[in-house]
Amino acid sequence: MGWARKVLRVNLTKGTCAAEPLNMEWAAQYLGQRGLATKYLASEIDPKCDPLGPDNKIIWATGPLTGTMASTGGRYSVITKGPLTGAIACSNSGGYFGAELKMAGWDMVIFEGVSPKPVYLLIQDDTAELRDAAHLWGKTVWQTEELLKKGHQDPLMRVSSIGRAGENRVLFACVVNDLHRAAGRSGVGAVAGSKNLKAIAVRGTRGVTGIANPKEFMKVTAEKKKILADNAVTGQGLPTYGTQVLMNVINEVGALPTRNSRDVQFEGARKISAEAMREKRPTDGKANLVTNAACFGCTIACGRISKMDETHFTVANRPEYWGATGGLEYEAAWALGCANGVEDLEALTYANILCNEDGIDPISFGATVGAVMELYEMGVLTKEQIGIEAPFGSAKALAHLAEITVRGEGFGREVGQGSRRLCEKYGHPELSMTVKSQEFPAYDPRGIQGMGLTYATSNRGACHLRSYTVASEILGVPVKTDPLATEGKPELVKAFQDATSVFDSAGVCVFTTFAWTMADLAPQLQAACEGDWSLEKLEKMGERIWNLERQFNLAAGFTAKDDDLPRRLKTEPAKTGPAKGLVNGIDKMLPVYYRVRGWTPQGVPTAETLQRLGL
Amino acid sequence: MQKSLHIDAAKCTGCRQCEMACSFENYAMFNPSRSRIKVFDFEHAGRKVPYTCTQCDEAWCLHACPVEAIRIDRATGAKIVLENVCVGCKVCTIACPFGTINYVAESGKVQKCDLCGGDPACAAACPTGAITYIDANWTGLDRMRQWAEKTSVQPAA
Repeated sequence: MGWARKVLRVNLTKGTCAAEPLNMEWAAQYLGQRGLATKYLASEIDPKCDPLGPDNKIIWATGPLTGTMASTGGRYSVITKGPLTGAIACSNSGGYFGAELKMAGWDMVIFEGVSPKPVYLLIQDDTAELRDAAHLWGKTVWQTEELLKKGHQDPLMRVSSIGRAGENRVLFACVVNDLHRAAGRSGVGAVAGSKNLKAIAVRGTRGVTGIANPKEFMKVTAEKKKILADNAVTGQGLPTYGTQVLMNVINEVGALPTRNSRDVQFEGARKISAEAMREKRPTDGKANLVTNAACFGCTIACGRISKMDETHFTVANRPEYWGATGGLEYEAAWALGCANGVEDLEALTYANILCNEDGIDPISFGATVGAVMELYEMGVLTKEQIGIEAPFGSAKALAHLAEITVRGEGFGREVGQGSRRLCEKYGHPELSMTVKSQEFPAYDPRGIQGMGLTYATSNRGACHLRSYTVASEILGVPVKTDPLATEGKPELVKAFQDATSVFDSAGVCVFTTFAWTMADLAPQLQAACEGDWSLEKLEKMGERIWNLERQFNLAAGFTAKDDDLPRRLKTEPAKTGPAKGLVNGIDKMLPVYYRVRGWTPQGVPTAETLQRLGL
Repeated sequence: MQKSLHIDAAKCTGCRQCEMACSFENYAMFNPSRSRIKVFDFEHAGRKVPYTCTQCDEAWCLHACPVEAIRIDRATGAKIVLENVCVGCKVCTIACPFGTINYVAESGKVQKCDLCGGDPACAAACPTGAITYIDANWTGLDRMRQWAEKTSVQPAA
């Protein structure tokens, strides 16, 4: 069995912690992590509840392969109703925390209610208790982790916490673990903050035991690691360049959203690319990138560890930012750079560090700054309102906005509401590059048509990690499709959505899917877990999980109207590149997608579909 | 030929596959806290360093043990703990200058790397070659080769 078979239920209102058995019937239907925790959440809360109110719950969940030798088996997710979107939120993180939680003997932790005062949850194997967090409140993620480890005299403890942004209910606040790994999107950190929950500190020494077929598991996981090692993307591209390997590629194909999606190519892309991170700086002769790094169990090791230029204006005389720490991943480099037209690599690195230090999502933050800069250039927002001149390309404005947003100061409080609310407030809702109020990431749907449908139909609001059709449309994995065509994309998006739901529920990283298909995952689950984990069962499970999330959103009040893209992407053609003259064909793709999904033209799963999936 | 574990920390990514392999080999579970090889994380320098017993020839742990619970495996040269003899006095943990023999509260005995009888699971699991098992006489060969290469480079005219 891959599961610990144990759930920790924490009632923050009463201050109680209780163990309960994992619902194994549900585990057989929803696997773990994303799928299983969504089943728990959907069964326990009213989808119409206030995401920041006492009736919402928030779940930290691992998968059956978390904490095992399956490559990348260190993932956990945070599942709740998201405050940025009002939809289901499920944010996935790596690092070491997830495996540690599993090693302590827990599959998931469910928090309910609201604590009357700031608390953190301390888990030491079987024992769990809420502790007073008065000394941690107001502290950053980095300070919190240090204080907890020192306070408990345990350097091996793992911490998942919120920074000041989560406390201040920034609507895109993250939960951060191991200093720079984050359950990043949809504002899960604000939900923790609304519950006065500062952190989970865990030490697990029980280990993961009871693998169903250990010999087979070791054999099959070794074979699958070899597939990752031999693959050009997972074996060479990602370890060498990280996800930033994409910056120049996506720019060349004309799908790099630039200056709040006015443009689809960025003239400064090369300066903030993976290649630039490896070049020696003229100032100090050192490269931005120090090394690559792995999360728990990961044989890919795409993580970036960077050191800043100590003379850069953002950190000069601030040695606390001179050490090695999490560097720019592609999404962050895009959001902090291209979306704002900023081409100062060190400024992006600094803003990214602040995102990690105090826990905000760089995608939503950077994209919101893009909207602010456009409103500034239009004269809608002024220097007096923002606190600084903020034209596109201003590294100073980016750094300033990052600082005031994480601290919740002045105009930073408005940035912290995300671009949809901010643009509406200033009378230009059409300038918000969001779907379901969540900022979209680093792929322009005019240049990669499938990503338009991906964003429009993502259950957690605009997101690339729900169906990464870039793999097919640009990289040719598993088969090459034309990025400028809409034909076949509804089927492609559905296939990616269903498969990703399974990978996210297993406890492994979605990046394995550059090399693995579900047929590679199935035998690893089969060896780890008792029961039938055939390919057919997993495919159906992926579809079931997707429909479960959809049902949650429909019950929360979303309709087909919300499966749409910002007007700009449908009416302002790409100005340059291979997609020049094109808009996104969402209106062509969406009706076909609904049909392929077995949904009504209104986007509601039919009775037949629900019955087929056992929902 | 005697072989040694050879650690090249520059290649370590911090994935902990070695720790899981070690605990699986010895305790049939995935449990880094029971691993005899540990990866240390020097966060601010951006360095990860695996560390374990180097199997000293004149082993302090072996000499310190009052009940002769630590013996030499003739085949591999590993110093191995005889669990049925160990009384858990922890004197060896004091004697070892490197901290690589450790007490385990669950068993009341000490544990240390035993080279898995000559086929170390950690080296087999390491995806980057940071941990290898090589001829003990040549653990510095890679580094020598790197420096040798430098000396052969002619200075630019």
